[in-house]
Amino acid sequence: MRALRLPLPRRLHALIASAARSRRVAPYLFIAPFFALFLVFSLFPLLFSVYLSLQQWNPAEGLHTMHWVGLENYGYALTDPWFWDALYNTAWFALVAGVPQHLVALPLAFFIHRRIKRGRDLIVGAYFVPYITSSVAIALIFTTLYSKDYGLINAALAELTRIPFIGSPLASLTAMREGGIDWLGDADVTRPAVAFVVFWRYLGWNLVLYLSGLQVIDKDLYEAATLDGASEWQQFRHVTLPLLKPMMFFAVTLTIIGNLQLFEEPFILVDGEKGVASSVMTTAIFMYRTAFSDGDFGTASAMSWLMFVLIAALTWVNARLFGRDPRSSHGAR
Amino acid sequence: MNRRSAACALLAAGMSAALPGTVSSATSAMSAAAPVPPTRAPSSVLRVATFPDLDRAAIAAAPRWRALHPEVELKLASMQYADHHLSMTTALATGSGLPDVMAIDLRYIGKFAGSGGFVDLNQAPYLAASHAGDYVRFALAQGVGPGGAQVAIPADIGPGTLIYRHDLLERAGVSEAEITRDWASYLAAGERIRKATGAYLMADAADLRDIALRQGLQDGEGLYFDADGRVLVESARFRHAFELGRAARRAGLDARAIAWTNDWAAGFKQGRIATQMMGAWLVGQLRNWIAPQTAGLWRSAPLPGGVRAAYGGSFYAIPKKAANKSAAWDFIRLMTADAQVQLDALRQLDSFPAMRAVHRDPVMDEPIEFLGGQRARLLWRETAERIPAIPVNRFDALATTVIRDEFERVVAKGKAIAEALADARHLIERRARRR
Repeated sequence: MRALRLPLPRRLHALIASAARSRRVAPYLFIAPFFALFLVFSLFPLLFSVYLSLQQWNPAEGLHTMHWVGLENYGYALTDPWFWDALYNTAWFALVAGVPQHLVALPLAFFIHRRIKRGRDLIVGAYFVPYITSSVAIALIFTTLYSKDYGLINAALAELTRIPFIGSPLASLTAMREGGIDWLGDADVTRPAVAFVVFWRYLGWNLVLYLSGLQVIDKDLYEAATLDGASEWQQFRHVTLPLLKPMMFFAVTLTIIGNLQLFEEPFILVDGEKGVASSVMTTAIFMYRTAFSDGDFGTASAMSWLMFVLIAALTWVNARLFGRDPRSSHGAR
Repeated sequence: MNRRSAACALLAAGMSAALPGTVSSATSAMSAAAPVPPTRAPSSVLRVATFPDLDRAAIAAAPRWRALHPEVELKLASMQYADHHLSMTTALATGSGLPDVMAIDLRYIGKFAGSGGFVDLNQAPYLAASHAGDYVRFALAQGVGPGGAQVAIPADIGPGTLIYRHDLLERAGVSEAEITRDWASYLAAGERIRKATGAYLMADAADLRDIALRQGLQDGEGLYFDADGRVLVESARFRHAFELGRAARRAGLDARAIAWTNDWAAGFKQGRIATQMMGAWLVGQLRNWIAPQTAGLWRSAPLPGGVRAAYGGSFYAIPKKAANKSAAWDFIRLMTADAQVQLDALRQLDSFPAMRAVHRDPVMDEPIEFLGGQRARLLWRETAERIPAIPVNRFDALATTVIRDEFERVVAKGKAIAEALADARHLIERRARRR
């Protein structure tokens, strides 16, 4: 009996020890999939991109052709006229497509928050739909709308030219471009046309952000302001805007990051074979072209890190402008 | 998987994550590859990576392959055109996932031929040079890489032709001779067509530029680079091509519709584009999906100004790391030097054969209904024989992009042609010199 009993505590002990070991190991096992994926698909590409930016390499020629060039790729990118053209285009889109998103979304959110009670979700949903619509579907719709000879916009403009007063200036505008405005082929109008699609697509996203920000502002503040005789504009100016600053910081930061990485809309809307494609070539598109068309992965990686520095710098500037908590600054006063 | 291939796979995965849209799309398409069932149990596998519509020629030839090589299972992996070439670039980079036979389009041939990642088919046991007489001369020359290595064999070619709307020309009182004699006559005819019918002479002025800059090229002369790698874009050839393109745009003769866009296809459907310079295979595209309702209204003529040029073409090559090189070469010969396979491709895909023996087949003399019964293949055959053998350069695609952008600056922003070409030369040299 004794001989039989003795192994039991030992086995039990072994089991307990094993369970304790398992308990120690289990959490790591549970989080391991994330770390494995993070290492392979995030950290490795990031570090590889840094390494690649210091190499000269055409992938079609194989890994063995990679050779160290130090910071030359950075110097090459910074002295490339197309890089600066692309940077200008990117900045142009960031301003022309980005700023109106906020100038429209903020008052619109305030209006919807204050005035629309019934069907609000439907209206907000309608604004939000473009954000979640596939880029390909958007491209299909807008290339059809923007078509020079068969597009709805040119057809509508042609009809509008028949209306007195507004007809004649429109007619002179369209007469300048024989056969209708070439929205996605004429360098003068292609960039604004693409910027409009970007504005249209991301307006709803910013609207939702501002609405969520408005919903957490204490209603007592508005009641107090009303009792003090503040008009709706004064309430917007002196209550809403200061308290929305954290949300404005968040929304503007996302817009800066998103617009400086703008790729999909100009890439899909304007055929790369078109000469006018250079007028909507953003830095992200130029990086793609440098890597996959020209086969210069080193320079493309260097450009991506230059863009990272630029985005980080602009985000810091934005944080300086919007980042302070208005309540804490009031308190300090 | 050994350590080296594991590292390569990891590298490929990393590249796909760092630069989206590359390996992931390739992998999904590769997994969708449909194996062709063999008649007997095969002892080896032949992997062929291809793209539409070239894949249809391989699928059609699969029964013949099975009959000839029952011991080798044929596995075709077809991806969309751009995805295929991107995926093959990645495969070459990592040396992983390479097929035994790689299909390559003319547009990528310079870049791939210069990569050094392919077998020189002039070497034993392939000895492609001994079969040189089987192929159209200019197309075989396009498959030659740096150092004279024959890295690819042509499967089909695109003899350049001017396809025009016969009915529109008739309404305008313009003859075929007027649109083909020389460029001045072509543009003058275009103005008459525009006035009489409202149709544009061409889809885009860039089409005219691209053909005109091939004018006068002789065997061995490069399009953008000479034999020593010097950039040629400031030559009179380019100046003239830019001037012609600008003249067409200023006269309002182009619809500003880039090939393969909705506007371009609609232009053909609705009779708003009177002529198009392209490969002979455009006839099949027009008939099958672009404008089938316009059957009988089109005709084919030589390119204006006596230019002989090729538009597109497909090639097969064997990567150095291919596992089954012997079967790969047999497959390439089947696809490119088997008269029946080449004829099937001509009939089914309208891809003009690179194999010269097929050019003597009675099929060349058959009338083409879509072209109003014209025996146009005779014209295309003659064109194919006279296209100069122009060597490709690995920076051709890059130079094409630079020239396209500078031309846009000329026609849209009024940049002086000399200045645009000087800038183009500077940009091409700058990019090409680094590598």
